Amino acid sequence: MKRRSIVKYAAVAAALSLGLTACSGSGSDDAKESGTVRVTLANHVWTEGIKAAIPEFEQSSGLKVELTQLGEDQLSDQYNVKLNAGSDEIDVMMYRPLQEGKAFAKNGYLADLTEKVSSDSGWDWKDYQEGPVKATTVDDKVVGVPIITEREVLYYRKDLLQAAGLEVPKTMEELEAAAKAIKASSPDTAGFVARTGKSAAVTQFSSFLYSFGGDFTDSSGKSAVNSSEAKEAYAYYGGLIRNYGPANVSTDMSWPEAMAIFTQGKAAFYTEADSLYKNATDPAKSKVADTVGFAALPAGPAGSKPYNIPSWGLAVNEASGNQENAWKFIQWATSKERTLAAQKAGVPGPRASVWADPEGTSTYPKDLADAIAVSAENGVGHDRPEVVTVGKAREIVGEPIVASITGADTAAAADAAHEAFQKFLDGEKK
Amino acid sequence: MSVTNAARSAPARSAGRPPSLGGNISAWSNRHRKWLFAAPAMIFVGVLIVFPLVWTLYLSLTDSQGSVRAATEFIGFQNYLTVLTDTDRFWPAVGRTMTFTGVALVCEVVLGMGIALLLWRPFRGEKWVRVAILLPLVATPVAVGMMWRLIFDPNIGFANQLLGMIGIPPQPWLSGQDTALGTTIFMDVWQWTPMVVLILLAGLTSLSDEPDEAARVDGANAFQRFFYITLPLMMPTVIVAILLRGIDALKTFDILYATKGKGGGSFNEVETLNVYAYGLSFDYNQYGLSSAVLILFFMIIIGSMWLLTMRKKAVSK
Repeated sequence: MKRRSIVKYAAVAAALSLGLTACSGSGSDDAKESGTVRVTLANHVWTEGIKAAIPEFEQSSGLKVELTQLGEDQLSDQYNVKLNAGSDEIDVMMYRPLQEGKAFAKNGYLADLTEKVSSDSGWDWKDYQEGPVKATTVDDKVVGVPIITEREVLYYRKDLLQAAGLEVPKTMEELEAAAKAIKASSPDTAGFVARTGKSAAVTQFSSFLYSFGGDFTDSSGKSAVNSSEAKEAYAYYGGLIRNYGPANVSTDMSWPEAMAIFTQGKAAFYTEADSLYKNATDPAKSKVADTVGFAALPAGPAGSKPYNIPSWGLAVNEASGNQENAWKFIQWATSKERTLAAQKAGVPGPRASVWADPEGTSTYPKDLADAIAVSAENGVGHDRPEVVTVGKAREIVGEPIVASITGADTAAAADAAHEAFQKFLDGEKK
Repeated sequence: MSVTNAARSAPARSAGRPPSLGGNISAWSNRHRKWLFAAPAMIFVGVLIVFPLVWTLYLSLTDSQGSVRAATEFIGFQNYLTVLTDTDRFWPAVGRTMTFTGVALVCEVVLGMGIALLLWRPFRGEKWVRVAILLPLVATPVAVGMMWRLIFDPNIGFANQLLGMIGIPPQPWLSGQDTALGTTIFMDVWQWTPMVVLILLAGLTSLSDEPDEAARVDGANAFQRFFYITLPLMMPTVIVAILLRGIDALKTFDILYATKGKGGGSFNEVETLNVYAYGLSFDYNQYGLSSAVLILFFMIIIGSMWLLTMRKKAVSK
């Protein structure tokens, strides 16, 4: 009796474990056979549009889409864990070419798409703007297709400027004077607000850096964050926030916090990525939706040089056994029609033909479309140091921004950052 | 006759045959019963505890970075040397971990004891009060972090508006370099004091009334009764509460990450060891270095818990 029951338990246990194995996710081969594409996307307006259109893709291609949608940081962590483990559970991945592109390509996470992009003339890879293409190309191999581009523009409050009798600033000097005038006339309203977090502010600070004539590295790839131009830019950006920014300004602000201050009507000027403009013009999210104006980034000593970059792209997981279907999804999601639809929904795209088409900018506020056109012409192709470990580099070059905001010795902070950044660059070369 | 013969000979034949496969397994499993039944637990511990620990230990001795599948070199204790001589991030993080844990623990135990004493004696509406006090405990730490982040926002937050009503100037709270750690400690105390209350209350209810009554008869006042009777009797329970809460507080990650993000703020003002190790592996992809930090952190936790357990033994004696 005893023996028999043990055998019985063993059989049940075996059956259970078999059942569990059967439940534990389908491998890539299964996915290929059943025609499923597993797509991981970030929370973004672009994703919302794609999500709504997926049934259309499923119908035309006969494939089934399994969608995972995550916040930016969670997405990054997810890739770090899954791609590190060589998982084939992701076929298509939405990634940030300038933040993770180099590291992912170096680690062999991204499939080579060079042949695929050039083989389809109808889809037309040549239609893509040069800057975004450069950012998704690593060592002459195309590893991603850009989907969203952005440039830094000046958001401002028309009503406040009008009340103070001010013109829209065209230069950095005028911007400072206007911010000062507004802060002086109504102490409750900040003259200027922008990101302040050590790492988060780097991308928005970069346009100021270029407009003052500086860059993170010089032409030989050495650190240039302590050049006199860079020191001026650090002092200017931090000074604007310290002197004319909100009272009790936090040094942790990324775009949601800075945007909240602007959309709550507590600031007159705000420099931010144009791709986020809907947050300011949507009455459901913004108290100042009716009075927001847009302008190109004011010119510094070296002119107006905002960044013009692809913030997101789509790539195929190298470990996926389902790369053909993954490419089909990308081809559809980045087609001219889909790009136009996304752009009309407020997501600036990377296709030249869509920008040339009047319909492509039909839904944009006119001043924003003008500002984007100007920025696309004189933009710089990166908004952060172009290195492998971008996270660490941002923290290093962001240190002087925070020093400047808090009123510490900015020049000394820039010298210290220069030393650390050079050491970091030397370490990456090894 | 022949039928009977056949019936008789059948068992005899089967006894002579080698046992079937089922019988074999059955006999084997019966002999190794104790191992078989303990196996699931042992496999569980092995796969989920021992393996990650050994793997982390191994990684900490290599220069693994970028991708864990990339070629790595064995570099001995180099990572530990780097970490232990790092006065920029590591030692300040150790300091913050200790401050956070120490201050939060003291507040939680003192407050917890106070509340537990209040709830000890039955009163009207006792049930409701107990439920209300336990509410913070059931909230998700990340949600708690987000909630307090909104309340403590220096510009549009409720806390500063409240202070404004009574004429106190706005405070930087989470965004201040010097006030951020204190604010996160406050959040931890808010969330975890109820757990301490729960443990202490369980201890209090199991105390017998006689010593207290005897002291009362002898004319001891409330303070004397608490400090000389209740507290010494409660000491083992208090140490259990400190032990449980201490381990948790040392490992705190969620509320710190939810309020200040990677690196614990622009000045690393709330960067504890856990947040530091997370940044090293998920932001910098330096797995070797990160593993070394984690192993050291593990040793710190084991060390402090060992000290406390020793203390508990001394008290129990």
